[in-house]
Amino acid sequence: MRRQLPLAITFITAFTLAVQYFIPHRTFEILYEVSQVWLQIVGAFAMVLGIVSLWQLHWGKARGRKPGWGYSIVTLVCLTAMIVFGFTGPTKLGEVGPGEWIGPFNWSYDNVLSPLSATMFALLAYFIASAAYRAFRARTALATILLLSAVIVMLGRVPLGDVISFGLFSKVANWLLYVPNVAAKRAIVIGVGLGVAAMSLKVMLGIERSYMGGE
Amino acid sequence: MGHSQKESVWGSCNLFSRKAILFSLTLLVFFNFHLKDTQAHPLSPPTELFAQDTPNDHGKSISLNWNLSPDDGKVEGGVLSYEILRSTGLQGVFEVVGSVPAGTKEFTDQDTALVNSHNYYYKSRAVAVTDSAVSEIFGPVTPSGQWFHTGKTSVFVATLLFCLIIIVAISYAKRGGKLYIRPLAGINAVDEAIGRATEMGQPILFVPGLGEAYEVATIAAFTILGRVARKTAEYQSRLIVPAYYPMVMVVSQEVVKSAYMDVGRPDIYNEKDIFFVTQEQFPYAAAVNGIMLRERPAANFYLGKFYAESLMLAETGFLAGSIQIAGTDEPIQIPFFVAACDYVLIGEELYAASAYLSRDPVQLGTLKGQDWNKLAIVILVGLGILTATLGFAWFINLFNVNI
Repeated sequence: MRRQLPLAITFITAFTLAVQYFIPHRTFEILYEVSQVWLQIVGAFAMVLGIVSLWQLHWGKARGRKPGWGYSIVTLVCLTAMIVFGFTGPTKLGEVGPGEWIGPFNWSYDNVLSPLSATMFALLAYFIASAAYRAFRARTALATILLLSAVIVMLGRVPLGDVISFGLFSKVANWLLYVPNVAAKRAIVIGVGLGVAAMSLKVMLGIERSYMGGE
Repeated sequence: MGHSQKESVWGSCNLFSRKAILFSLTLLVFFNFHLKDTQAHPLSPPTELFAQDTPNDHGKSISLNWNLSPDDGKVEGGVLSYEILRSTGLQGVFEVVGSVPAGTKEFTDQDTALVNSHNYYYKSRAVAVTDSAVSEIFGPVTPSGQWFHTGKTSVFVATLLFCLIIIVAISYAKRGGKLYIRPLAGINAVDEAIGRATEMGQPILFVPGLGEAYEVATIAAFTILGRVARKTAEYQSRLIVPAYYPMVMVVSQEVVKSAYMDVGRPDIYNEKDIFFVTQEQFPYAAAVNGIMLRERPAANFYLGKFYAESLMLAETGFLAGSIQIAGTDEPIQIPFFVAACDYVLIGEELYAASAYLSRDPVQLGTLKGQDWNKLAIVILVGLGILTATLGFAWFINLFNVNI
């Protein structure tokens, strides 16, 4: 029963939502809307579990003075502050006028979290440079083709490339991007689409149940 | 005396002046007549009003169309707009429910006041500056919700065929039919990576991506997590799983716990190693990178949904010297993983893992059915190219989807 009941719920839910795609009737529209609300409710309860897990992990690290415990202190302080700001401080939503106080929660989000996230995203440029350096080493014939293609595409995207090649690089770069590149990408997307459909069918029919634990 | 004065007045005008006066009088008479004619001509109404229940919807909607008034497009006294009037009875009061500018021939009434299975009557009114003209009444029309979206027939047929092919493949596999599954290097390397981590005495990091627990890529990641957890339980290695969503954390805990119990080692299962980090993309990447640099895992698994953080994670893992296995269904992220990881499951290979690992005939049947479906798509694409080249558009039109 511990296995059968979740499988039955999975089948009924998955089948209803799959069929709903083909039925525009209001009854099924309501079913879909209700399922989305349930998803949010389940997600909200799971968030409580997540915060408890986060707190336990970092509290344990801070108490035990484990390596990197200082970061745990920062995490706990920020977590507590944002919860307090969220519940107590005025939080302005929507359009904000010039000079208008947006509340400590939004202020922290806009002036601390967003710049930090942007900084992290900016580091991607360096990661790309170091990965490209390795990927473009001409060790084999295939790697050499990759290197040549990359060089042509890079030169084809900048004005200098067209100047030195009389417009040839941009034409070849466009061909590489829109013919072999798109063909390969579409092949992957078709494969992924079929894989998703097959996986969904397996989950719905209870063939795939590894998400419940065990194989 | 008087007669002589009159003569003198006319007598003072020359021949040209007389003609000019006559011409002016003629013009005045003509314009006056024309003006009267324009004002007297009534505005023509729109014709052939037609209304029907909007197809393929949940109801509460009626689509109308009409022929434009002959006065539509005239500069002077022409139609400015069309008003749509609705009533619940033929003799009832017609209320304006919408208005469209001149030149428009259709309108969809989606008023929230519309009730399914109720009759409605419609009129369309052409409106000019000083005049208006109403069409004939059309009705009754009854809005209703449909039980099948005809615009999705091709998708429905394709879904049925897909399922049919999968069922045939499963029954073939169950009957003992030989199914060849090509080796997946990424899956084969799982045991090697865990063995290496065990030898080095270092933990194993499993990143289930940025997808929610209900996403197919994440479900596929849970399958491989189960396999990895079994091995770590057998080898008594430490397994770290930082989760992007709390729900992913909960499911991951359940999967790992079951795997540890299956191999008889629930005592070494540590729930605190499977934890929630954050639901922000780059803070999550920063946190996982921090774990890599502090804990120094010997093997990293990146399986599931990944976006811009894929290269940050994989490159940090590479610099930390870990053996790395990745898999995602995001085509844009695949090259990044290829550049920085040792093994990569490309696209659908991620979903094939459970069949590949279990070797269960039913699972293998679905995998083979997937391949047969792919073959069918290749044939259809070829036929599409051929028929389109020969000018037969009907074949391509069979696959149209009108949402």
